[in-house]
Parts: sequence; C-alpha cells; structure tokens
Amino acid sequence: MRVHPRWWVAAGFAVIAHTAVIAQELKVAPSTLVHAPMIQPPPAGEIEVLPIRGNIYALLGAGANIIASVGADGVLLVDAGTGELTDKVVAALAQLQREWSARNEPRPLGFGAETRSSVADRHIVAPPKPIRYIINTSSTRDHVGGNEKLRNTGRTFTGGNVANDIRDSMEGAAIIAHENVLVRLSQAPEGRPAPPADALPTDTYFNDLYKLSHFFNGEGVQLLHMPKASTDGDSIVYFRGSDVIALGDLMATESYPTFDADKGGSINGIIDGLNAVLDLAITEFRLEGGTMMVPGHGRIVDSGDVAYYRDMLTIIRDRIQDMVTKEMTLDEVKAARPAADYDPEYGRTPGWTSDMFIEAVYKSLGGGRTPPRPVRKK
Amino acid sequence: MSQMTRRLAFVVFASVVSVSPVLAQVDFSGEWAPRMWEDQPERVPGPDLGDYLGIPINDAARLRAEAWDASIQTLPEWQCRPHSADYIWRGPSQLRISKEVDPVSRDVVAFHAEWLRSVDRAIYLDGRPHPPADALHTWAGFSTAKWDGDILTVTVTHLKEGYLRRKGLPRSDQAILTEHWIRNGDYLTIVSIVNDPVYLTEPFIRTTDYELNLNQQIPPYPCGVVQEIDRKEGDVPHYLPGTNPYTKEFAIRHGLPVEATRGGAATMYPDFKEKLKTLPPAKQDGK
Repeated sequence: MRVHPRWWVAAGFAVIAHTAVIAQELKVAPSTLVHAPMIQPPPAGEIEVLPIRGNIYALLGAGANIIASVGADGVLLVDAGTGELTDKVVAALAQLQREWSARNEPRPLGFGAETRSSVADRHIVAPPKPIRYIINTSSTRDHVGGNEKLRNTGRTFTGGNVANDIRDSMEGAAIIAHENVLVRLSQAPEGRPAPPADALPTDTYFNDLYKLSHFFNGEGVQLLHMPKASTDGDSIVYFRGSDVIALGDLMATESYPTFDADKGGSINGIIDGLNAVLDLAITEFRLEGGTMMVPGHGRIVDSGDVAYYRDMLTIIRDRIQDMVTKEMTLDEVKAARPAADYDPEYGRTPGWTSDMFIEAVYKSLGGGRTPPRPVRKK
Repeated sequence: MSQMTRRLAFVVFASVVSVSPVLAQVDFSGEWAPRMWEDQPERVPGPDLGDYLGIPINDAARLRAEAWDASIQTLPEWQCRPHSADYIWRGPSQLRISKEVDPVSRDVVAFHAEWLRSVDRAIYLDGRPHPPADALHTWAGFSTAKWDGDILTVTVTHLKEGYLRRKGLPRSDQAILTEHWIRNGDYLTIVSIVNDPVYLTEPFIRTTDYELNLNQQIPPYPCGVVQEIDRKEGDVPHYLPGTNPYTKEFAIRHGLPVEATRGGAATMYPDFKEKLKTLPPAKQDGK
C-alpha cells in the first residue's frame, strides 16, 4: 500500500496535536501553587462570619475571634475583639438576628378567619434582639477591647422585686469572666487611667467552673477555668447543646500560643488546657468533626487539629525542658532552635516570633534561674 | 483497499486521535483493587524509618520526621486516624468510586471515593467554590474537579495535617493537592501532586495504580479507641533531637550514603547519581 506523503503529514499533525493535549493535561502544577480557588476572606477591616453549628457563629477579623450564640433569647458573645471594629460586629450580629427571625417567624394559621396577620406583616421584620451576655476568655486587649461598647448596645436579663425603676438594672449586657480577669483589668498600668466601669466584668467566678443558671438559646453554657494558661484568668466556653467549644488563647492556628508569665500564664498551663479540651471533646468519626472548636485566633478546628497542636507544644516543651535541665542559657537554647521543625508554620507571626515564644517557654520552665555555668578555659 | 478508502481511514484516525480528549468524559465509578507495582514496601509494610529518598522535603520536615516515635500511634487521639486524601491512594485498601448524578440534567455532579479505613471523599464537578480559608480542615479535604479531555483534574484544599510517608514525614495543613485521574480500560492511574509551602521545596509527585475488580466488597471498618499503654497523662512520645537510634537503619541495610537517604529535591533528579558515587556508604556507628 502506498500512502501519499501529504496524508503522512496530516497524520503527523494529528498525533502532534494529540500529544500536545495530553502534555497539557499532565502539566505539573508549579511549586508556587499554594493559593486554591477558595472563598477569600473579606479584606482587613471587615468581619467574616462563619456558621459553626446550630445557633453558633464565629466572627473573625475584629481581634480575637468572637463566637456568637444568636437566637430567641438574644445574643451571647464569647469575647469582644479589640474594639476598633465593634460597629461592624454589631451590624453583623444584627444581620444574623434578622436572618434568624426570618427563618423562625411565627407562621399564620392560614385559614379565612385568621386575623392575627395581615399582608403588611409579611414586609416587617422584628428588630434584632439585644446582646445579653459577653463572656471574656482572657484579660488581654484583643479579647476585651470591645467590652464597653458591646455591653452598652445590649441589655441583660433581670427581674424580681427591686426598688425604683427596674430598667436601671437591665442596662447593658452582663460581662462574665473568671475573677482574675476582673483583677487584671481593674489594675490600670501605672500612669494610665483606670478602664471605664462598663468595660469590666459584672459577674465573675473563682472556682473551676461556672454555668449560666438557665438555658440560653436552647442550650446550657458552661465556663471552665484554665489556670495558668495564657494568663491566670483564662476560661474556655462550652456550648453543650451545639457541642461547640470556644478555646480562647489556648490555641492559634497560625502561630505559637501567646502566654504572659507576668499575668500568671505558662506553657504547662496551655498544654494542660489543651489536654482538658481533648478529654471534653468527642469526635464524630475517626478523629474528625463532632465537637467543633473555635480558637482565639485562626480557623475553625476539631479534636484532630487540637491534638496536633498539643503534640507540637508538648514536643517543644520537652526539648526546652531538657535544655533547662542541662542548664543551658537562653542564648544557647535559641541557637539550638528547638522549634525549627514547626517554625515554617507557626514561627512567622509578626509580634510573636519563634524566638519570643522560645524565650517565654524557657522562662516558664524555670530557665535561667540557676547561675550561669562558669566558662571553661581550654 | 482503494486509495479513497485509505484516505478516509486516515481522516477518521486523525479526527479521533486529535478530538477525542475534548469530547469524552470517563466513568470512574466501580470497584477498584490496588495493584502494588510501585513502591510496594511503602504500600503494605510501610516505608523504612529514615528513608526520605527522592522526596523534596526541607530541613524542617527532616527534623520533625526524626523526632517521630512510632509509639505516638498508641495515643487515644491517633489510634483511629485515617490516611489523608493525598496518602490514602498508597494504602493497601481496595477502593470504591461511586458517582452522583443530577436527577434532572443527568450530569455527573460528584464522584465519591472510599477506602477500607477512610471517610467519604466527595469530588464535586458542579462548579461549587471551595469553602472559606478559615473553615474546618478534614482528612479528605475539599475537592472540586474539571475535565481535561478524558482526564479528571482534581483540586483538593482544606486538608488536615497529614504525612508524606506514614512513618513521621509530615505534610502540613496548608498543602494543596492536585490529582489527575486517568482510566485506561480496566486500569486506573492516579497522578498525585502535593504542594506544601511548609515542608516541601518542590511539588511531590506520585502515581498509583488500581485495577477494576467486579467481585470486590469493601466491608465496614469501625474503629474503637482503647487504652494501650499506661503512661503519664499528657505524655507525647517523641525523640529528642539527636537521640533517635533508627535514622541510619535504612541507609546501613541497603549500603547507601546517609546523605542520600536524607532526601531533598536534589535526590529526585538524575544528576544525583553522580554525586552518589562520591559519597561513602553508611556504617554502624563506631565502625
């Protein structure tokens, strides 16, 4: 069989075209592909709202993450952010309230004699219910900065046989925290004015736990004290019906945890807190889902993420403890880079670098308290 | 055969070869059995400790792997951990892929992949976006896909932290996985490309093969956590830096230079063979 040369050329072009298609299909993604087509968070200065489960939402971008329970009873907040974006937080909460109302509006009975609804009613949305409670998981500014303004937009529950005008006692949302948060916030730094009374906790506890004395938005809410964690006044907040835990500063998914030894914080308290959280949480299946958790900073997590974080901190703690036992100086410890394997993920946060974290851990474990070793002459 | 017939045959051949990838979509649904023609030691018994050959890891990954102690698997938090989406292809388990079809348009809107010890992994083809960056990460991650001719290209985000190899070589929760699913008759090949800005310096590429198996059944695999070891509360097994006695084991057994087994991007390329000739094989300490 003799084939005309131009048909060989045609066939050749076809094969080349096919090869090019396959080659393109198998093109290896470049190493710079680290940005996937995800829904991008709003720009800085805006609030991102993520639904967690049931009535519980996370509001990100206002400082420490804010967790909100939104429903028939009003709003309960865990933490208040720095305060700079409080107006936008309030607006986001109002929008969540409106959405909740739209989903849960009373339904007219729908028969001809019904008189309790009208066409006009269908165009009216009830005003958002107020913020009733604010819970502070810590005394640091990114958790409490919005206290005053948020409190004054809210209104707590009260009642009973009180004298004078009962409305006086309802002004403002209640602020709940461990007693040490009140102590820390009340002690204004030297030379600075005392914080306004409306920014301070109104209800405190000093035992291991505190419970709201009634359901809020259909579930129990429990505070558990995490002693000596980021400070001496840390709490985690457990929404028992939704099975959601606000972790406060026990965890930050993009950095090492911050803790302040001068305010009673410690690395061992952080690790103990994470272990307590793992004991409390139950996974849905294979270490995934189930109890959902919102850290003080960063993304939504579950038990698997907390376990990884706990492992990381325990391993770094053990390494630095070993160096402290060997009486290494802080400079020697830093030079040994005991967190080098985790630094690419957690050690790049401006304002809380790997070195700062290592120094805090070192001091937290008693490093540097023994006199430095004499320099050995060679 | 007349000249006209021959010409016609060539036109048909050229058309089919050049056009078919654009038109076709492939049905990946079915029961697939693993065929361990590649990297068998990794797929069944597990990789050797200290073997990072040909993996483009950085120093942080290496340090972390060398702190890894197998006893960590006995912690209650890790006893039921499944392989992540990027690693589970390498496991010994059989695979089931089912398809989800829109009842009206009859478009395939998703594939679902599941293995013996996995969670359901959905791969969406309906054009939905990936979740916000701050959403929960999972073992399966979040997968969307598009057709490139006959090849299904999958993008996976929101992965929980996992591993590049299951004896301690980490892969971070910031990694993004790209997959190419390729079916050739009864054979399925998965090209997997991991980009990890935390622990890799270059993309890590693997291929894994399966064969259609009409008689296969994947049984349920419930996992129960038990107390395996009586240890002090809060203990996390690991080796302090420089104390892991097993890091040279692989190199010594195979007479390889330790430097080669440390991995890194350079060990992926043919040029490394020349360097290999200049390196001494590993020996037991003190010999």
